[in-house]
Amino acid sequence: MLIFTIIIIVPIWNVLISSFSSGKSLADGGVSFWPKDFSLENYRAVFRDDGIWQAFFISVAKTVIGASTHVLFCAIVAYSYSKSHLKGRKLYTAIGIVTMFFGGGMVPTYLLMKSLGLLNSFWVYIIPALFSFFDVIILMNFFRSIPQSLEDSAKIDGAGDWKIFIKIFLPLSKPALATIALFNGVGQWNDFFTTKLYITDKALYPLQMKIYEIVVQSQMSSMQHVAGSVVLDTTAKGVQLATIVVTTFPILVIYPLLQKHFISGMMIGAVKE
Amino acid sequence: MRKRKKNLIVDLRNQWQLQSMIIPGIIFMIVFSYIPMYGVLIAFKHYTALDTFSTAPWVGLDNFKIIVTDQYFWDAMVNTLGISALKLAIGFLTPIILAILIYELHDGPFKRIMQTISYLPHFLSWIVLGGMLITWFSTTGLFNQLFMAVGLMDKPQNFLLDEDKYWWIAVLSDVWKEVGWGTILYLAVMSKIDPTYYEAAKIDGATRFKQIWHITIPMMKNIINLNLILAISGIFGSNLDQTLVLMNSQNQAKAEVLSSYVYRIGMTQGDFSYATAVDLGMSIVSVILLLTSHKVTKKLNDNESVL
Repeated sequence: MLIFTIIIIVPIWNVLISSFSSGKSLADGGVSFWPKDFSLENYRAVFRDDGIWQAFFISVAKTVIGASTHVLFCAIVAYSYSKSHLKGRKLYTAIGIVTMFFGGGMVPTYLLMKSLGLLNSFWVYIIPALFSFFDVIILMNFFRSIPQSLEDSAKIDGAGDWKIFIKIFLPLSKPALATIALFNGVGQWNDFFTTKLYITDKALYPLQMKIYEIVVQSQMSSMQHVAGSVVLDTTAKGVQLATIVVTTFPILVIYPLLQKHFISGMMIGAVKE
Repeated sequence: MRKRKKNLIVDLRNQWQLQSMIIPGIIFMIVFSYIPMYGVLIAFKHYTALDTFSTAPWVGLDNFKIIVTDQYFWDAMVNTLGISALKLAIGFLTPIILAILIYELHDGPFKRIMQTISYLPHFLSWIVLGGMLITWFSTTGLFNQLFMAVGLMDKPQNFLLDEDKYWWIAVLSDVWKEVGWGTILYLAVMSKIDPTYYEAAKIDGATRFKQIWHITIPMMKNIINLNLILAISGIFGSNLDQTLVLMNSQNQAKAEVLSSYVYRIGMTQGDFSYATAVDLGMSIVSVILLLTSHKVTKKLNDNESVL
């Protein structure tokens, strides 16, 4: 048991302390459990880079806007799906289920985004991610657990579906909505492939793409130059590590606070299984 | 007939609010799911950057014929299946074992901290984790220090440049990332086991191991079966993010998987038609696997569908 914990925590610790060590001691090796020549130089270099702030802003914007619009859109559709008297419900369900198992694949989707003019646009992060039939199913199941009598009494008072949805269902489903928003938000924060496929404008790069550029690509090219005996630019390595820590930090801070929701969210998702 | 049609219109008018809520979702799915499905037809065309969808000439199954003789495709296929099979073999059992270990701990702060830590890697993106892995595996990184310290190696080596090690790196890093997360479902099932079973077993003198073997594991049979089948149906799905981060020119022969191959020929080399053909072939096999496994699950669950 303890071994499991150690296996998970040691590598992460190693990254953290390495990012606080000076470039020279990183190059010599020997940084393993405590920082050597403690320095904040790496972090100073990261924050001096204007691109990082820009990328941070993009990441936050796409996470906040993406997750909230996704939840709202899915909830509206799920409310309608949850009513068995909805005309055409069978057809709508069939349309939805097919999308869960079949897709067009990478190239046709790319061509679609291109013809919609979404390439190199911030909205490519938001619009294609608005909807997920899987999340609709989860919300639909949750909506069904809300007592029918609440809705009936509202109907008698003359409320329409939109009013019932906004005044009754949305406030009562906060836990389910929060869960889906959280999962979606983490997905948005971590997503990098959307950028790689559709974005070439560096002003729209989120943090993940920034790391990919700084860490992976620079590492790859240095590997190719001196394959066999890899010598890295020593300060670059520290900066890379610092960037990794900076990107992951928001998740590390928020995550323990939200852990309960994540777990209950897994349960909601598991009920169907 | 006419009357029914009239009724439908009246009904639709009466529930215009409900319909106004669902139609945007339906439109979304038609645009973002069904139009790309139709776009798959370019697999049967010769599509170049100069063409539009309608002007590209039809070539029938030509693109699929190329697949058969394409060595890179088969290499990617072997890597996809090899890595997936290893992930299945190792990554399927470890969450079960870890879940049992966590379950056997007494409730308390240690258990909670343990769980928190074990879920943590799930929330790191592959890009971040990939960056970390590159550092750990570099010549001055954690693993070289560790292995040299215990005398397993006498000379530092960059593991990611060694193609023979790539499969293991891909598999073990994936297991490391997801093992804790995988325990959540099992723990949820275990928490519903009636504690009187254990009390009865204790009175009969069953050891802890025997209790696990005869009570805990049989109670989880259904969920284990289900997860196994879902895992098998996903065997063609390869982890694109992971591959893009960890692949380099030295290990490419062992690292290329089908999805990264599709990305490379389609997006970086612009061979849209051929990439779509490979993608389509892959999806068809995946759907067959999914339908088969769905049938098997149905049988296992006494003809009750799990979907």
